[in-house]
Amino acid sequence: MNKPTDKSGFFAALEDSPSADTFLRGLWKDNPVFVQVLGMCPVLAVTNTSMNALAMGLATAFVLLMSNVLVSSLRHFIPKQVRIASYILIIATFVTITDYAIMAISVELHKSLGAFISLIVVNCLILSRAEAFASKNTVGQSMLDALGMGVGFTFALLCLGVVREVLGSGSVFGFGLFPDGFQNWIVMILPAGGFFTLAIWLLLFNILKQKRATT
Amino acid sequence: MKEESLWYIFINASLINNFVLAYFLGICPFLGVSGKLETATKMGGAVTFVMLISSVCAYGINAFLIAVGAPFLQLISFIVVIASTVQLVEMFVRKMSPALFRALGIFLPLITTNCAILGLALFQTQKGYGMVESLVYALGAGAGFTLALVLIAGLRERLEFAEVPGVVKGTALTLLIAGILSLSFMGFAGLGG
Repeated sequence: MNKPTDKSGFFAALEDSPSADTFLRGLWKDNPVFVQVLGMCPVLAVTNTSMNALAMGLATAFVLLMSNVLVSSLRHFIPKQVRIASYILIIATFVTITDYAIMAISVELHKSLGAFISLIVVNCLILSRAEAFASKNTVGQSMLDALGMGVGFTFALLCLGVVREVLGSGSVFGFGLFPDGFQNWIVMILPAGGFFTLAIWLLLFNILKQKRATT
Repeated sequence: MKEESLWYIFINASLINNFVLAYFLGICPFLGVSGKLETATKMGGAVTFVMLISSVCAYGINAFLIAVGAPFLQLISFIVVIASTVQLVEMFVRKMSPALFRALGIFLPLITTNCAILGLALFQTQKGYGMVESLVYALGAGAGFTLALVLIAGLRERLEFAEVPGVVKGTALTLLIAGILSLSFMGFAGLGG
């Protein structure tokens, strides 16, 4: 929970900005994982292989897009007092759809992601975009925002997933990378590896930010 | 699944598959309110309480939904139950201890979006636990969550006085500690087996 960056992201979302900026913001400047540190549970839990990370990222992006569109188009009809509950219900509906869709596409994938697909409901990222952006902006803007954030989230998940799979299993998307002599770093695919990898990515981002601040 | 003893379920949920350190559930409050030992303990208590109630409700709802033949409503009903329970706890805490209410701040309503609670409801359904087993599972998960939170809060209080480079401060440092804690919790893997 990085208070200042959180706030700047929130205020930035309030400002009217051109469409391209709305889209790009989620990708880099306000990246949901590296800058806002939102939605940590799936980031750490399902990134032990690149494939899982990609699937999770796409599923989250889909839910984000659909719920942002719906929230934004209903923004004049939802009473202020029950808005959070309504958002959660909207999100839960789309997550259920996603859950059944993934089961239909690949049972194997559904098994390896397990309960974490259902847990997209409680991904703070989606609720925070609904509350901070979609409920105050037009449908088109919200769609762009959701796309940017979704792609940014998927990108971050892939960053973790690829690093963990390369080091932990010596492969990328299931294709072997190294000759037989490579000793897998088992720790990277274990829970602890998730914490370490994310910590190191955050460190890199901090160093970049500091460098930019000094120059 | 049915032959698991209650003791094993408890140990499994609290230590072997600790919700925070092995399943990564409830990371947000874990990073957010783990700065002070006292707040962490109380947060753990509140979460455990919500877990217990929502676990029982989830069991009932699941049985009902299966009887009605509408399992696709599972997720939506779970989240509604959890949200109402959190609302209850919030009102209770505000009445009983305003100081605690202020200390927990935004994280109290955010228990609703605490994955640990929804995760618990989903896992117990997946594992096909009965009423008593679900309760024990919830108790174990709550205890594990509190334990992880207290451990990390204790470590972070110590680190306040340590000199660390500026770049590492904040979330990155907490994550590194969590990683090491998670490693040490793997030592419990053989327990209760």
